[in-house]
Amino acid sequence: MTTKECYDMIGGDYEGVLGRMMRKESLVVKFAKKFLEDGSYQSLKDNLAEGNVEEAFRAAHTLKGVAQNLGFVTLYEPGSMLADILRGGSMEGSEELMAQITEAYEKTVAAVREL
Amino acid sequence: MDTRNEKQKILIVDDSEMNRSILADMLGEEYEIIEAVDGTEAVARLNIDSTDISLMLLDIVMPNMDGFEVLEVMNKRDWIQDIPVIMISAENSYSYVERAYELGVTDFINRPFDGMVVHRRVINTIMLYAKQKKLVELVADQIYEKEKSNSLMISILSHIVEFRNGESGLHVLHINMLTEILLRRLMKKTDKYNLKRSDVFLISTASALHDVGKIAIPGEILNKPGKLTKEEFEIMKTHTLAGAEMLDQIPYYREEALTKMAYQICRWHHERYDGRGYPDGLKGEEIPISAQIVALADVYDALTSVRVYKPAFTHEKALEMIVNGECGTFNPLLLECLAEESETIRDQLRQNSIKQESERNTRNIAESLLEYDEISASERTLKLLEHERTKYQFFASLSQDIQFEYTSEPPMFTLSEIGARMLGLDEIIINPQEDKRVSMISNEKMVEEIKALIYESTPEKPIVQCDGEVLINGEWCWSRVICRSMWSSEETPVMTGCIGKIIDMHKEHAKLEELQRKASHDGLTGLLNHSHAEMIVREKLLEEKDRDYIIVIFDIDYFKNANDRCGHMFGDKVLKHIAERLLSSTRKYDITARVGGDEFMIFMEDRKDIEGIIDRIFHALSGTYEGFDITISMGIARSKEVGHAYEVLFNCADWALYNAKKNGRAQYFFYDDSMKEVLSAISSIDGEE
Repeated sequence: MTTKECYDMIGGDYEGVLGRMMRKESLVVKFAKKFLEDGSYQSLKDNLAEGNVEEAFRAAHTLKGVAQNLGFVTLYEPGSMLADILRGGSMEGSEELMAQITEAYEKTVAAVREL
Repeated sequence: MDTRNEKQKILIVDDSEMNRSILADMLGEEYEIIEAVDGTEAVARLNIDSTDISLMLLDIVMPNMDGFEVLEVMNKRDWIQDIPVIMISAENSYSYVERAYELGVTDFINRPFDGMVVHRRVINTIMLYAKQKKLVELVADQIYEKEKSNSLMISILSHIVEFRNGESGLHVLHINMLTEILLRRLMKKTDKYNLKRSDVFLISTASALHDVGKIAIPGEILNKPGKLTKEEFEIMKTHTLAGAEMLDQIPYYREEALTKMAYQICRWHHERYDGRGYPDGLKGEEIPISAQIVALADVYDALTSVRVYKPAFTHEKALEMIVNGECGTFNPLLLECLAEESETIRDQLRQNSIKQESERNTRNIAESLLEYDEISASERTLKLLEHERTKYQFFASLSQDIQFEYTSEPPMFTLSEIGARMLGLDEIIINPQEDKRVSMISNEKMVEEIKALIYESTPEKPIVQCDGEVLINGEWCWSRVICRSMWSSEETPVMTGCIGKIIDMHKEHAKLEELQRKASHDGLTGLLNHSHAEMIVREKLLEEKDRDYIIVIFDIDYFKNANDRCGHMFGDKVLKHIAERLLSSTRKYDITARVGGDEFMIFMEDRKDIEGIIDRIFHALSGTYEGFDITISMGIARSKEVGHAYEVLFNCADWALYNAKKNGRAQYFFYDDSMKEVLSAISSIDGEE
């Protein structure tokens, strides 16, 4: 699978990320793969389950930033929304968003593994 | 920084490894990237060295210490002026951005990171800062150079005046300090004179020239030890106009702020607020504030100093006289300043002022630099210096050593605070070589030795040391003086002085003595041991051939039984007991020793009624101790009978002891010739069971 195919599959913004990475596909691949090691998704899930709003916010914030940098739009959007909710100290509606995030995350991870 | 040889360092602070990694890759090979995972790590890195970081990329949301907190620290520590910070947060709400700008960030990079944007922003920011830094350094150097030469010329000029006036070298310094103290207070009280911080430096510097016109006054009038006549006083008064004229006729620099200020001060520092001063009879605020202040400072210092025509008044008396108008009328506001700063003035002028002078200069230059907002590099250097000095002073204050510094030009000896206290000297001593108090703290030989050692030292081998007695806290203490000579950085280095410390070796000396004592004494009883006693006795016998001595040897009868029946602990107690009795029944200058197991020796001068003395000692040593009956057997030999040879004397005493044992113990025997044929065989008959 090419990188473009991968991005298309997960609804990512390939042109955007390629442009930002100075049109080096190798860099895009490098960081997409690196995303597999990023712990912010796990941290978000755990802290949300335990009700640690503050820690969960930090994790959501990081996840959102990383997803944005990598052009993982489908992950970025619910991530950003969840970060906004958690920032205010609330957890209202977090379950629904977390479900979306999980779906997007798993899809993304599965696709990136194929690279 | 030289960009050709050394890569510029960029500190990336972000808790996400991904983000740091992306940024690092985007910046590429041109920069050296340093990473910090959160705010605390970033601050820790800056703490180690904040000068080598060219740029910082900072995230906001981070655990432990967030980006805002980092910025606050950077503001407090003045790092923010020298390290440009670019925010890289995913947060771009208005309040975040505003706060970040207020805290001094230079720029923002929004997510998602765009390689080209990151690269360009970083380059631009670094270049901008580098350019500014260079400019700042340039300006700072110029200002510093200018002020340095100003200060130098003024210092020379004012000392010429002082020299001619026969005033103490401190007058100008005092005026300078007083002017500054009063000015600072005045600025706190009112802004009606529109004084800027740079004016403090200007006025206090110019104040040194207030009496420059006295050069034109004949010496007989200037230094007349009595009241001036009316005519003489009129001539004296012309020094104000003379000084002003001199400044006015300077061919160059007439338009300089300093020259103008000095002109005002020279001309009008004898005007009074009520218009009764001279030369122009200006009144109230017609008199420039600079001249008003210097006038007050001048009066105060004249009152508190000795002059040919008057003694020195105390601070309190001087203040009273000024307030009572005995020296003319002053601006009431200034009198308030004087009263409010009374303590500061008293304390600062009483202390030797030279050290403060340099501190004040640093502060003044630093503060006038502050006026130029962009001058941050040089300010930072000064702050670093200040920091180093504070650190040094702190460690010096913790150390119990006496630390000192000597500079040869001017000849000045500076002691650490604690050192000054311990030696009973002032912290600063001018011309120490001629100061009697300095030579009193040690003996001449030691002082000469140190001097010679220092003079012989070289830049390659600058450290010398020497031991001797020094008067510390009023007691002569065995001390070590360690010095390091200081050299100029010229091609052929010249010695500029030395630094060093005096270490009290008294304790180590005492320790050595304790070791020596241990080596020469018996551990159990504290008496001398055999070998040391023998050494002393031999010396005595050799030295004092005309005197007669005796050696007494005794042991405790059936001591073995005491040990066997009651244990060694008890045996030891008996031995100690005997030693105590022995010491109390002999004199201080008799030599007493434990020469083996339960065998003791006494060496004393043979004198009248020696038999009586021996008898008394013998009985003092016998008796009951904790239920154990102590008797002893004792043999005595007299040098009168057997000569001064130690071996002979000792063996004869031993033979006498043997006889005492053979005759049933619990008795003493004097050696006589009848024992000659008997051989000493103590060990063989000591088998008493």
